[in-house]
Amino acid sequence: MTVESTAARKPRSSAGTKSAASTGTTGTKSAGATGRKTAASKRTGAAAKKSPGTTGAGPELVQLLTPEGKRVKDATYDPYVADITPEDLRGLYRDMVLTRRFDAEATSLQRQGELGLWASLLGQEAAQIGSGRATREDDYVFPTYREHGVAWCRGVDPTNLLGMFRGVNNGGWDPNSNNFHLYTIVIGSQTLHATGYAMGVAKDGADSAVIAYFGDGASSQGDVAESFTFSAVYNAPVVFFCQNNQWAISEPTEKQTRVPLYQRAQGFGFPGVRVDGNDVLACLAVTKWALERARRGEGPTLVEAYTYRMGAHTTSDDPTKYRADEEREAWEAKDPILRLRTYLEASNHADEAFFAELEAESEALGKRVREVVRAMPDPDHFAIFENVYADGHALVDEERAQFAAYQASFADAGEGK
Amino acid sequence: MAAEKMALAKAINESLRTALDADPKVLIMGEDVGKLGGVFRVTDGLQKDFGEERVIDTPLAESGIVGTAIGLALRGYRPVVEIQFDGFVFPAYDQIVTQLAKMHARALGKIKLPVVIRIPYGGGIGAVEHHSESPEALFAHVAGLKVVSPSNASDAYWMMQQAIQSDDPVIFFEPKRRYWDKAEVNTDAIPGPLHKARVVREGADLTLAAYGPMVKVCLEAAAAAEEEGKSIEVLDLRSMSPIDFDSVQASVEKTRRLVVVHEAPVFLGTGAEIAARITERCFYHLEAPVLRVGGYHAPYPPARLEEEYLPGLDRVLDAVDRSLAY
Repeated sequence: MTVESTAARKPRSSAGTKSAASTGTTGTKSAGATGRKTAASKRTGAAAKKSPGTTGAGPELVQLLTPEGKRVKDATYDPYVADITPEDLRGLYRDMVLTRRFDAEATSLQRQGELGLWASLLGQEAAQIGSGRATREDDYVFPTYREHGVAWCRGVDPTNLLGMFRGVNNGGWDPNSNNFHLYTIVIGSQTLHATGYAMGVAKDGADSAVIAYFGDGASSQGDVAESFTFSAVYNAPVVFFCQNNQWAISEPTEKQTRVPLYQRAQGFGFPGVRVDGNDVLACLAVTKWALERARRGEGPTLVEAYTYRMGAHTTSDDPTKYRADEEREAWEAKDPILRLRTYLEASNHADEAFFAELEAESEALGKRVREVVRAMPDPDHFAIFENVYADGHALVDEERAQFAAYQASFADAGEGK
Repeated sequence: MAAEKMALAKAINESLRTALDADPKVLIMGEDVGKLGGVFRVTDGLQKDFGEERVIDTPLAESGIVGTAIGLALRGYRPVVEIQFDGFVFPAYDQIVTQLAKMHARALGKIKLPVVIRIPYGGGIGAVEHHSESPEALFAHVAGLKVVSPSNASDAYWMMQQAIQSDDPVIFFEPKRRYWDKAEVNTDAIPGPLHKARVVREGADLTLAAYGPMVKVCLEAAAAAEEEGKSIEVLDLRSMSPIDFDSVQASVEKTRRLVVVHEAPVFLGTGAEIAARITERCFYHLEAPVLRVGGYHAPYPPARLEEEYLPGLDRVLDAVDRSLAY
């Protein structure tokens, strides 16, 4: 059941006809938009039972592809991947493989001293590629600092992500180029920015949607709770995409919550769904569903992608101090890339040539990233004073001049000798 | 409208109305800013005239207010946010310091954050705890923010216009005990720069530098001193970030003595920074050390003690005497 917010639910300008089509009462009523009436009513029924916000029962996981690579039916979410072609599937596979390769290269570059730090996404490729590929070009993404796969989907040059980890900038890309906001390190803050942005989208009468990424650790932050409140009250077109990777550095999820995270949505008045975060198809379908709800003016959704951080929190972390190898081994069996490969092979959707070509592409990407990072120059000293203000500031000008005079004093000393 | 006498709160109201009229991207957000018009009625009537989509009553969550204002600014809006009282701003401090102040630089200048945060501040109205504080130094210390405070209705009108037009985040401190003080406001005038100080009374023997609610106290002190034959210059700083040190320097080079007055605690306050910089700039001009008058290093006291805590006429005159005694 979707709990209506107190905000007036005006149909959004470009989604007026669609919203008329979805008059159900369940959180998953959007499935009705496919137009197949009998199936739709079945879905509605199934969804009413499934809707995690209403049952309060134990965690249920939306899954379309099992860890063994078997495609399983899901009446609610299948329509969102119904038109997916073998080429699309190969594309998702390619995205995940290249993202993992990029991530591995960045980890190596940190070990070689080329980066100061790296936050690996190893294991979370499906959650990020599935959700990232669900977004439309005009949608807007608010990431944490680990959304390398989402950045890839948005067309952000992967080498742009490395500037802050190398220490040459604190962000470094134009968020509006790809509608992909800067990485946000203080956890949870960006969920409010996403909500405000979504409020603006609604004011503009646009049918874009916004997606905010955060993790199980950030779910404890007050800002996340406030973003749930604001988005519900204003019926903002935002999807909260929580990657529950089981660990907030050394703290397991049970140190953050006593209820499955997706169930928190219920108390705020919008639907929450748990999806197999290692299943790229399920992540794609569920995120599409949630984004379409947002587009139709049905407000926010919480998606909890249940996944696993296979590596350390960052390259500074030592997970052997707090978790057992067996846990990682259990999750390796659910590897997101492996299961899609099994499915592609079993369905004859990809041949050896495809995998070989992708291998070569991966290595080429690794090489390019390596070369770009090594060639990345240190910033000009005066960059300290750049862009502190948009309209300038007398004190910054004064201190820049003092700094310049100090720097110049060395040159003078050298010339004097 | 041209020139009209109005209270400081009304001047801000008129300024917000002008901005809402002129630019459809301007939004007002805050707790009780809608039907009620804010607890001080600064936004009175605005929701009625501009609707709930532009004058927005928010949930009671300051971090949420500022955080969503950042998101709206990223979408191209120009939110003017009200924090109900000075002591209520701290739940939003993280969003202001960590996010709002730094985002322009982090994006290498590619995005702008034109957010105005209005904060009624200061004491003198007999309020309960957390309703009388002066936290301006905590914001002026943060690069990326601009911090201003008007002392009179005319400045309140114009500085608000300029703050809304600024592409940088501006923390706009409103002297709540002066909300009802009336002054001539000429809405056709051409205002001076937002961050420029103004000599509000000329004098020859000593400079009193103040901003917001303390400008009036300093003018009263200067008038009282005149009866004793002392010629006091009063400088309204208007901006705490940036501070117009050039104007302070010019005044001190003339009078050779400086006393800085603010309600905020003197320790590491605006006055401390001015004292340090003016000592550097005017070392050979000064006849006395720069003195500060302000609050104490103690929590803002209960209302029955605030007259003892706040700088008043006598404490300012005492500092004037101490400076002139050198």
